[in-house]
Amino acid sequence: MVAAAETAVNGEAGTTALAWIVTVLPLVSFFLIVLFGKRLPGGGAWIGIVAVGAGLVMSLVVLSHFIGGGEATELSEDWFRVGDLRFELGQYVDGLTAVMLVVVTTVSLCVQVYSLGYMRGDARFTWFYAVISLFTGSMLNVVIANNLLQLLVGWELMGVCSYLLIGHWWEEKENSDSAIKAFITTRIGDVPFLFGIFVLIVATGTANIPEITGAIGGGAISRGLLTAGALLLFGGAIGKSAQFPLHVWLPDAMAGPTPVSALIHAATMVAAGVYLVGRMFSVFVNADPWVLTFVAAIGATTMLIAALLAMIQDDIKRVLAYSTVSQLAYMVAGLSLGPAGYTAGLFHLFTHAFFKALLFLGSGSVIHAVHSNNMSEMGGLRRPMPVTFWTFLIGSAALSGIPPLAGFWSKDEIISTAFHEQHYIVWGIALVTAVITAFYMARAVLLTFFGEYRGHGHPHESPATITGPLVVLAGLSVVVGFLNATAFDVTLFSEWVHFGEGEHLPFNYGFAAISVVGALAGIAVGYRLYARWRERDPLRRLGPAYTLLERKYFLDDVYLRGVVRPIQYRASAAVNWSNRFILDGIVHTFAWTARQFSRLVEVVDRRVVDRGVNTAAGLTGFTGGILRYIQSGNVQRYAVFLFVGVILLAIGISIRA
Amino acid sequence: MSGWEQSAITIATFLPAAGAMVIAMLPRDRDRFIRGTAVVVTGAALVVAVAMLFSFDFGASGLQFELDVAWISVIGARYHVGIDGISLALFELTFLLTFLCAVYSWKVIPKPGKTKAFLALMLLLETGMAGTFIAFDLVLFFVFWELVLVPMYFLIGIWGSANREYAAIKFFLYTLFGSVFMLLGFLGMFFQSEPHTFDIIRLQEYAAGGGFDRTFQLVAFIGVFLGFAIKVPMWPFHTWLPDAHTEAPTVGSVLLAGILLKMGTYGFIRIALPILPDAAKSWAPWIALLGVIAIVYGALACLAQKDLKRLIAFSSVGHMGFVMLGIATMTPVGINAAIFGMVAHGVITGMLFFEVGSIYDRYHTREIAEIGGGMMLKVPYLAGLFAFTAIASLGLPGLAGFWGEVLALLSAFSPAEGLSIPLYRTLMVFGGIGTILTAGYFLWMLQRVNMGTLPDRWRDEAIVDVSRVEWVAWAPLLVAILLLGVWPRLILGLSEEAVASLLTLVGLG
Repeated sequence: MVAAAETAVNGEAGTTALAWIVTVLPLVSFFLIVLFGKRLPGGGAWIGIVAVGAGLVMSLVVLSHFIGGGEATELSEDWFRVGDLRFELGQYVDGLTAVMLVVVTTVSLCVQVYSLGYMRGDARFTWFYAVISLFTGSMLNVVIANNLLQLLVGWELMGVCSYLLIGHWWEEKENSDSAIKAFITTRIGDVPFLFGIFVLIVATGTANIPEITGAIGGGAISRGLLTAGALLLFGGAIGKSAQFPLHVWLPDAMAGPTPVSALIHAATMVAAGVYLVGRMFSVFVNADPWVLTFVAAIGATTMLIAALLAMIQDDIKRVLAYSTVSQLAYMVAGLSLGPAGYTAGLFHLFTHAFFKALLFLGSGSVIHAVHSNNMSEMGGLRRPMPVTFWTFLIGSAALSGIPPLAGFWSKDEIISTAFHEQHYIVWGIALVTAVITAFYMARAVLLTFFGEYRGHGHPHESPATITGPLVVLAGLSVVVGFLNATAFDVTLFSEWVHFGEGEHLPFNYGFAAISVVGALAGIAVGYRLYARWRERDPLRRLGPAYTLLERKYFLDDVYLRGVVRPIQYRASAAVNWSNRFILDGIVHTFAWTARQFSRLVEVVDRRVVDRGVNTAAGLTGFTGGILRYIQSGNVQRYAVFLFVGVILLAIGISIRA
Repeated sequence: MSGWEQSAITIATFLPAAGAMVIAMLPRDRDRFIRGTAVVVTGAALVVAVAMLFSFDFGASGLQFELDVAWISVIGARYHVGIDGISLALFELTFLLTFLCAVYSWKVIPKPGKTKAFLALMLLLETGMAGTFIAFDLVLFFVFWELVLVPMYFLIGIWGSANREYAAIKFFLYTLFGSVFMLLGFLGMFFQSEPHTFDIIRLQEYAAGGGFDRTFQLVAFIGVFLGFAIKVPMWPFHTWLPDAHTEAPTVGSVLLAGILLKMGTYGFIRIALPILPDAAKSWAPWIALLGVIAIVYGALACLAQKDLKRLIAFSSVGHMGFVMLGIATMTPVGINAAIFGMVAHGVITGMLFFEVGSIYDRYHTREIAEIGGGMMLKVPYLAGLFAFTAIASLGLPGLAGFWGEVLALLSAFSPAEGLSIPLYRTLMVFGGIGTILTAGYFLWMLQRVNMGTLPDRWRDEAIVDVSRVEWVAWAPLLVAILLLGVWPRLILGLSEEAVASLLTLVGLG
C-alpha cells in the first residue's frame, strides 16, 4: 500500500489514512524480532511493545475522525488479477473498524507489557513476542481489510499464531495436542467460510466488502445466494468464535501461556467471528429470515451449555474459557436479533474484550503466584495479592453484569433488545445464562481469593509489569460501558457502530432491574455454596447431570472416537492398503504378465530363430569382443554412451535432413 | 530480432548438457573441481535464464525468444523453441532449483559417491527438463521428455537407498509406458492435421479452426492423457511416485517433485487442452474427479505413512490434484491457479525434500517413530525451517501454497460453460475437506518429529544444525515461499495474458 497511490472513496480520508500503518507496524515488528530479537537486550520484546503502543496512539487518532462525526473511508491498491477478477489490498475504515483498532491495540499492549513479567525466563521468550506481534498484525488486518480475500489472509494467519502459541510449551504432548485441535477445529469452520466468500465473489464479481454491501442494497444478488452466503460465512464464525458445535477447541486452548489466553482466546481472535458477522451484516439481514433464526439458535444453545460447563470447572482458566464461549454467544445472539441488535452485539464484543482480558491476566497473576491452575489449590489469596484480588473482583462484577460496570450496559442491551424484538426464547435463555454467569464468577472469586490458602509455598503479589496492566484494564472495565450508557443518554458507541438508521432502545429500568436481580441471585447462590471451602464440590449433588457436564456432554468423545480416530487410523490404513495391494497389485500383475510373455518369446526365439543364427556364431564372437568393452558394468560409462548416443542420433538425423 | 533473442533459450537449455560433457571428461579424482564446475555451469545457465527476464515483454501473450529452424525435414520436425507466460515461471524454476541442487551437492553427494557421474547426470537432466518447457514441436518435446527419463533413472537406481532398483525400474517403465501412448497421440495429431505438422502452434490453430473431428480428439486425448497423467502423477497412476521419491537421493527428489511432475501438468495446458479442446471438455469432469480423489486419497495416505519422505511424496499427489482440478475447470482462474500451484509446489515441496534429506543425513533414519520428536531441541533451525515449509505446504495464506489451492477451488465453484456446476461444486467441497485433512497430517507430522522431548538415543549424538551450504541453497526457496505468498502477482501477472489467449483460441476465453 503505497500512500501515493491511495484513493479515498467515500469522502475525505482525513486521519483514517493512517489506519493501515497500525496494521503494518506489528507485522514489521514480527520480522524484526525474528531476525534480530535474540541479539537485542530484552529479547526484542520492546520492539513489539513500541510498535503496538504507536499503533494504539494512531488508532485513537483514527477514532477521533468518528468522534467528529466523520464518514467511512476506503483506500485501496491493486493486489492481483486473475481471470475477470481483480483483488486489492486496502482498508475500509468505519466506526466499527476504528473501535476494533483501539480494542486490539489496547489489549495487545497490556498483554505485551504483562508478558515482560509473566514470560520472563521462558526458553522461547523472543519467539513468543514475535508471534504475539504477528498475531496482532493479523487481527488488525482482519479488522481493516476492505475485501474478503485480504480478510481471509489475516483470519488464517491468526489461526496459525493461535496454534503456535497454544503449543508454545510443546515439550508436553498435551499442549501440542491442544494446538492441533484448535487449528483443525477452526479450519473445519474455515472451509465453509471460504466457500461463502466464493459465493459472494461469484455473485458480485468482487471481494470488496463495501461493493458487496452496495450490490446487496441494490438488490443485485438473489435471496437464495445470500442465504447460502450467509450460512457459509457463519460457518467461519462458528469455528473462530467457538460456537456450538465447534466450541470444543477453546477450553483446550488454555494450554497456552495465560497472556495468550487473554489476548487471543478471549479478547480478540475469538471475537473475529462475531466481527465478521457484523462486517458482513447486510448479507445476513437480506438472506432468508430463517438464517438469523438459525444464528439465534446457535447463539442461545452455546450461551447456555457453555455457562453450565463453566460452573463445574476446577481449572480457573477453564472457567474463564467457557465463560468466553458463553459471552461470545451473547454477541452472536445479539446480532441474530437483526438491525436492532447490531449495536448491542458489537458493544458487548467491545466491553467484553476489556474485562475478559482483565480476568485472564488476573488469573495468570494468581497462577504465577501459586504455580497451579486449580482453584482447589488456591484460596485466601485476597490478602497476599490485593491488587490482583480487587482488579479480578472488578472484572468478575463486570462480567456478571453489575451496574455500572462495562458488562452491565452491553449485556443488558442485548437482553432487553431480545425482549423488545419478541425473541422470547433468546431473552429467556440470555437471562438464565446471566444468572449462571454471576454464579460461576462468584464461585471462582470465592474459591480463589477467600477462605484459607490450600496450596503450597507462600504466594505473594506479582510485579508491577503484571499488576500495572491489571489496573489499567480494571479502570477500562469500569468506564467503557459509559460509551453507550443509554440511561444517561450517552450513545457515543451507537453513533460509531450502527447498522442502517441505528435505532436504539431507550433505557428501561424494569429490564435492567430484572437483569441485576438475576445477577445478584446468582451471586447469592454462589455465596451460599462456596463461602466455606468443601473438599467435595456441592454441585456434585446434581448426580448424572454433573457427570454429563464433567464429560462435556460427551462431545469430545464423539468427535474423537467417531470422527478423528477412524480417519486418522482406519481410513488412512485402508487407503494405504489399497495403494499397496490394489493399485500396485495391478501394476505388478501387469509387469508379471509382461515378463511371462517375454519369457515365452525368448523360448521361441532360442528354439526356432537361434538355430539359424548359430551358423553365424563366428561373427557373434567378434562383435562380442567389442561389446565387452562397452558392457563394463560401469554405470558412468553407460551414461556417457547413452548421452553420446542421443546427441549423435540427433546430429545424424539433422545432417541427413 | 536480435541474436540474443533467438539464441538465449537454446544457450540456457544446452549449457548444462555441454557442462555434463565437460564434467564427463574431467579426471575422477578432482572431486572439488568437478563440484565447482557443476555450480558454475548451473549458475551460468541460471544467469542466462534470469537475463532473459529483462528482455521479456510481460504484457504480450505470444511466443517470445522464438527460434524456428528446420531440424528433421523428412518428417517435418523442426527445432521450434520459444517461451511465453505459461512456461516462463517453470523455465526459470528449473534453472533455479538445479542450481540450488548443485550448491547443495557441494556438501552432500549421496552414497556411493561417484561425484562425476552424479553431477553429469544432474546437468543432463536439467537440459531435458528445461527443453520440455520450451519445445513447440511435438518431436522435440518428446525427445526432451524422454531425455529426462534416463538420468533420473540412474540417479534413483545408483544413488538411491535400499530399494532403489525396484523404484528406478518402476519409475522408468511406468513413465515409458505412458509416453508410448503419448507418442501415438502425437503421431495421430500429425497425420490428422493438414498439412501434416508437429508444430504445436500450428496444431493449436488447426484445432481452433475445427480441423480435428470429435471422435479423433476423444481417442487421441486418451493417448496423451496417459502420458501426462502418469507423469503428474494423477490418481490412480501415482504409485510409482512414492517409491521413486522415497528411494531417490535428495537432489533427485527435489528435482522430481520440483520440476518433473510439472512436465505432466504443463503438457495438459500446452498440448492436450488447446489441440484437443472438444475432447478436453468431454473428459474434463473425469479429470476433475480424479484430481479430487487424489487430494483426499493423498491426504489419507499421508496419515498412514511412517517414513517422512514417503509422507512428503504422497502429499505431492494431493497437491497435484489441486493443479489438475484447476486445469479441469477450463477457466482462466483455474488454469492460472494451476500454473501458480505448479510453481508453488515446486518451491515448497522441493524445499521439503531438501529438509527431509538433511534430516536423514543427520539422523540416518527417516522413520518418524525413530526420530521420535524433540527436533526443535536438537536442531532448532532445521526443525523451524521444516515447520515453516510444512505450514506453507498446508496452504497458509501469506505463503506460496495458498493461492494455487484457493484459486483452484474458486474456479471449481464456477467452471467453464457447459461443465456441470453441481458436479464441480461437489468436487470443490471434497477439495475443501482435503485441505482440512492436509492440515491434519502435516501438523501431526510436526508434532511427532519436531515437538516433545528429545529421545535419549539422540541426546549425546553430535548432530549439527543447518550448515552454511544448506543456508545458501535454501535461502532463495524460503524467500520465494514468502514472496509468492504475499505477492501472487509475481506468477499470476506472468501467466494472465498467455492463459487468456490460449483460452480464447479454444473458444473458452
